[in-house]
Amino acid sequence: MKILAIASTGGHWIQLLRLKPAFQDADVVFASTKSNFASTVKGYAFHSVPDASRWNKLQLIHTFFKIWKLISKTKPDVIITTGAAPGLMAVIVGKICNIKTVWIDSIANAEKLSMSGKLATYFSDKVYTQWLHLASDKVVFSGNIIR
Amino acid sequence: MIFVTTGTQIPFDRLIKAIDEVYPYLGDLEVIVQVARAAYKVENFTPYEFIPPKEFDDYFDRADLIIAHAGMGTIISAFVKNKPILVMPRLAKYGEHRNDHQLATATRFDELGYIHVAYDEYGLKEKIKNLQKMPLKSLFNVNDYASKELIGSLRSFINLD
Repeated sequence: MKILAIASTGGHWIQLLRLKPAFQDADVVFASTKSNFASTVKGYAFHSVPDASRWNKLQLIHTFFKIWKLISKTKPDVIITTGAAPGLMAVIVGKICNIKTVWIDSIANAEKLSMSGKLATYFSDKVYTQWLHLASDKVVFSGNIIR
Repeated sequence: MIFVTTGTQIPFDRLIKAIDEVYPYLGDLEVIVQVARAAYKVENFTPYEFIPPKEFDDYFDRADLIIAHAGMGTIISAFVKNKPILVMPRLAKYGEHRNDHQLATATRFDELGYIHVAYDEYGLKEKIKNLQKMPLKSLFNVNDYASKELIGSLRSFINLD
C-alpha cells in the first residue's frame, strides 16, 4: 500500500502531519510546496511542488502538471490531502487516474467548507469536514485533527 | 517573554501597529515580534522581518504568551506546546486575507474556550495592557496526533485495518 500525503504550507501541512498514525504500515510519500519541509518528515520520502492559488491561472496550470508528474512517478494507491490548491489538483489527477482519494477540509473552515473542499466533493472518493455542523450527505464528520 | 507572530504569507499591519502602540505599557516584559513584510513603521521596538524555523521554534518554546493572527498552524502549535495564545483574526475587509475564515475559526474556538480572542485592535490593546495584573493562561492542549476517531476512519477507508 502506497500513500501520497500532500498539502500546502502553514496550517494545512501541520494538520497533515497529525494524521501520521493513519499511514502506519503503509509506504508514505509526502509532498508540499516548501522544499525545506523535508526536515519535518525525516525518514519519509518527500517531494516539493510549486505553490499555486486560485488567483493565478498560469501558475495553476504549471503546478497541475508538476503534480501530475509526481503522481505518475510515485504511483500511489491512495492520495490524502488537507488542502489547499495543490491538494485539490492531486485529487483531480487521482480521479482521472483512478486512484483512491481523500480530502480532509482544514479545521480553519469552521463556518462553511472551503471553496477547494466544495470542488473536491466532485472528484474525491471521500471528503471529511472537521466540524460536526458542516457534515452532509456528501461530507463526513469523524473527529478532527486536534482531539 | 511574549512572542508575536503573524505568519509569513500576508502582512498584518493592524496587529503590528496595536503591539507598537501598547508596547510602552509592557514595562520590562520582553517582547519578540515577527512583522513579516508589514508596511507599518514600528517605533517602539526592534522588529524581526524573518525568523528562521529553528529560532522560531526556540522563541515559541521560551514564550509565556503567544500573540498571533488566527492561523491554524500557530494555534495548533500553541495547543501542542501548551502555551497561552491570544489571537486577533485577519479580516477580508482590510485585505488581510481572502475571506473571513479566521474570524469564523476564532469565534468557534473562543466559544469552545480553547483560546483567548481579541476581535479588533482595541480589544487586543486592552488585553495586553491588563497582562501585568491578569496574565493569560493556556486554555487547551493536545498531543501530537489527530483524534482516534479520525485516524480510525481514515485507516478503514484506505484498507489499512
